Amino acid sequence: MSGRAQPLIIGAGPAGIRAAEALVEAGLRPLVVDEAPACGGQIYRQRLVPDERSSVALYGSEAPKAERLHRDFAALAGKLDYWPQALLWNLRDGKADIAVGGASRQVAYDGLVLATGATDRVLPIPGWTLPGVFTLGGAQIALKAQGCAIGSRVVFVGSGPLLYLVAWQYMKAGVSVAAVLDTAPFSAKFNLLRGLALEPAVILRGMRMTAELRLKGVALRYGVRDVRIEGEERVGGIAWREDIREMHLACDGVGYGLALRPETQLADLAGCRFRFDARDRAWLPECDAAGRTSVPGVYLAGDGAGIAGADAAELAGERAGLALRQDRGLPHAPERAAAIERSLARIGRFRDVLELAFPFPAHWARDMADETLVCRCEEISAGEIRRAAAHFGTGEINRLKAVSRIGMGRCQGRICGSAAAELLAAETGRSVDAVGRLRSQAPIKPIPLTMALAQPQAEAAE
Amino acid sequence: MSRHLDIDVAIIGGGLVGSSAALALRGMGFSVALLDKGYCGAQASGVNYGGVRRQGRPPEQLPLSQRAHAVWPRLKALIGIDGEFLRSGHLKLARDEADMAALEAYRRSVAGLGLDLELIGHNGLRERFGWIGDNIVGASFCAGDGHANPRLVSTGFAAAARRAGVHVLENTAVQAIARNGPGFALEAGDDLRLSARQVINSAGAWAGAFAETFGEPVPLSRIYPSMVVTEPLDPVMTVNIGMEGGGIYARQVERGNCVVGGERGLPLDDPDFSRPRGEGALAIMNRTAELFPALRHAHAIRFWSGTEGAMPDRNPVIGPSLTTPGLIHAFGFTGAGFQIAPGVGEVLAELIRDGASTTPIEAFSIGRFSTSARTHPGSGAGQNAEPQHAGESRS
Repeated sequence: MSGRAQPLIIGAGPAGIRAAEALVEAGLRPLVVDEAPACGGQIYRQRLVPDERSSVALYGSEAPKAERLHRDFAALAGKLDYWPQALLWNLRDGKADIAVGGASRQVAYDGLVLATGATDRVLPIPGWTLPGVFTLGGAQIALKAQGCAIGSRVVFVGSGPLLYLVAWQYMKAGVSVAAVLDTAPFSAKFNLLRGLALEPAVILRGMRMTAELRLKGVALRYGVRDVRIEGEERVGGIAWREDIREMHLACDGVGYGLALRPETQLADLAGCRFRFDARDRAWLPECDAAGRTSVPGVYLAGDGAGIAGADAAELAGERAGLALRQDRGLPHAPERAAAIERSLARIGRFRDVLELAFPFPAHWARDMADETLVCRCEEISAGEIRRAAAHFGTGEINRLKAVSRIGMGRCQGRICGSAAAELLAAETGRSVDAVGRLRSQAPIKPIPLTMALAQPQAEAAE
Repeated sequence: MSRHLDIDVAIIGGGLVGSSAALALRGMGFSVALLDKGYCGAQASGVNYGGVRRQGRPPEQLPLSQRAHAVWPRLKALIGIDGEFLRSGHLKLARDEADMAALEAYRRSVAGLGLDLELIGHNGLRERFGWIGDNIVGASFCAGDGHANPRLVSTGFAAAARRAGVHVLENTAVQAIARNGPGFALEAGDDLRLSARQVINSAGAWAGAFAETFGEPVPLSRIYPSMVVTEPLDPVMTVNIGMEGGGIYARQVERGNCVVGGERGLPLDDPDFSRPRGEGALAIMNRTAELFPALRHAHAIRFWSGTEGAMPDRNPVIGPSLTTPGLIHAFGFTGAGFQIAPGVGEVLAELIRDGASTTPIEAFSIGRFSTSARTHPGSGAGQNAEPQHAGESRS
């Protein structure tokens, strides 16, 4: 490492941990920066306070993977630097601004692995901002990290494998699950049979969960549309349509999500080139099978590069670590790398199947009622967005942001950006890629005004 | 398959200057094309700080500034939106007695020019603006100044121009321009050819190349003012704030966010884009928390920066070309163009129609750079300006 700065890894989930392991194995000493207080990422998130729940209760069939990952990261202690509860809020010219312990440290890095993961993808629906409505991921974290349920009688609605997984986890935890409302028709699920050849264990696990939900009397409804969450002060029920039938259920908690969206702000700040991905209906940073981006020395791994799940994230993290090693002239295990790429390709084909089984209801944006709130941070409705686009003659998403404030608030468009793009596309009669990509700005998340600039650390830049 | 447009006036650059000129010219009956290499109002005009301020301008700018002053309250009638214009007043703070003396001297230098400046001492500040930190010794108040939302105003002028019948051509960069008989021939975008009797060069930080084409090189540099925006807060700041000598300027918008500037960003690999420096943004954030104690616990949610054309003497270039009949320049506002731009647009329209303006603009002639003038990108000119007017951002 003589004279070179540390490699920097952002995220201590499955991808970040495996990348760190690959770097340490070659004698490098990476700095791992993570927002969470403990490693594991979202999927293998650890409890804030230890309780009596077993690992199996927390992670189900994935408990061995979670335990192994936590254990392997702990074994790296002393061989890397690890900053938990730290936010990388700005990236520029090979330097990272990291908020940690109330101060901001500027860290020079040589090699950057972005393992930033994903957040829930949502399209606004009536009532989605009522207290008691959580994203599927949020509902899962409440249960996993805090041992809380989001209600005493809960409905899960949306699309994606997480829909059934979270419902099953709530049922297992003893919460009354009133229904699972899937936006896709039942016929879409036949696509999963094609996934049997690619990932049999995943498909069988899904089938088992679905069967157990049914057995416990949880209503599983398919092809739901016109979903409305009802209530005055908080969630009181949920209404939807199925064929021509109006349906309604009383509940006090709703978990909602339409699969996941990659967190790509840092890749954008790092200067990575983006491409539109038709499967994810999103702009993703370009990268090759090893995770190399268009910017030399910047690598992507895990769901932040495109949704592929936790198993793929572990593989991609290791692969990106090997790529960084190779690019630094270190041993890079080419056979292992090739094997990983084959596995990732298979998982990629599996993802195609999943997308067919859990399609994104993009038309929800087109059909959204004018009064539906789209941007929670800035309180902007679908109608206001449509009027701004029409008044200013705007057909580009960054210009829409300028004239409507959409995406300018605390979340910087991470929640509402895709919905705004879908709305603008529908409004201007174009495809969603034609309205452009919402550019990222620092700080990627809010930072306190009083945060001081810390003096450079000797360990950070040699 | 090239398209052809035959018009009276081609305007290069759809910022606030170009789009307000386009609207005014259309109102006079001219046929107008407004050309922008990107989106109208997406550059300096649209991403500046948003100060609508006469106070602090050199006396030679004040006739123009006063003319613009009359336009701002009429935005609703003119472009259909008020642009969140608020006549809040502008308060320029003094950190010490030397600053206070400078404010007093400025007040004397602009006496009789319509600013009605009021000097306020420490006790007066405590009484009227108790939300400002205690270490400020005094201030100069201009009650008629205010602030507005640049994202809306600049884009709004271009949209109004389009509705009025201006050919608004976005993503249409001017590739070539030359004299052609009594007028000009332009090539723009992929396949557009224009014939225009007259041309306005209002291309902001990109205007130097067009001036140079006609034998008028100018020492135009680029600056990258950068802004910090807080989360929405309860009403705190009742006025637009500036500081004698620069360093910080701040306003609170109706939505509750405080917008604070005072540092410069840096260009990206593509120098048309820029971003704030992390350490610069932190410095501004810390200064904000110190100057406004009520903001101590607030968070910054957003930064932006942009590319702005700057002149070494901090005055813009406004007026007819001295080499080429029919060409008029208006650029180089050096961080202080937002307030003045709607007035400049009217003046440009008069110059096109009458060959002269009723507002004095001689001080801004391009002739002042006629010897040994060159374009220096990034020379850092105007470093101590108090920018109201930043530049293109990635937001």
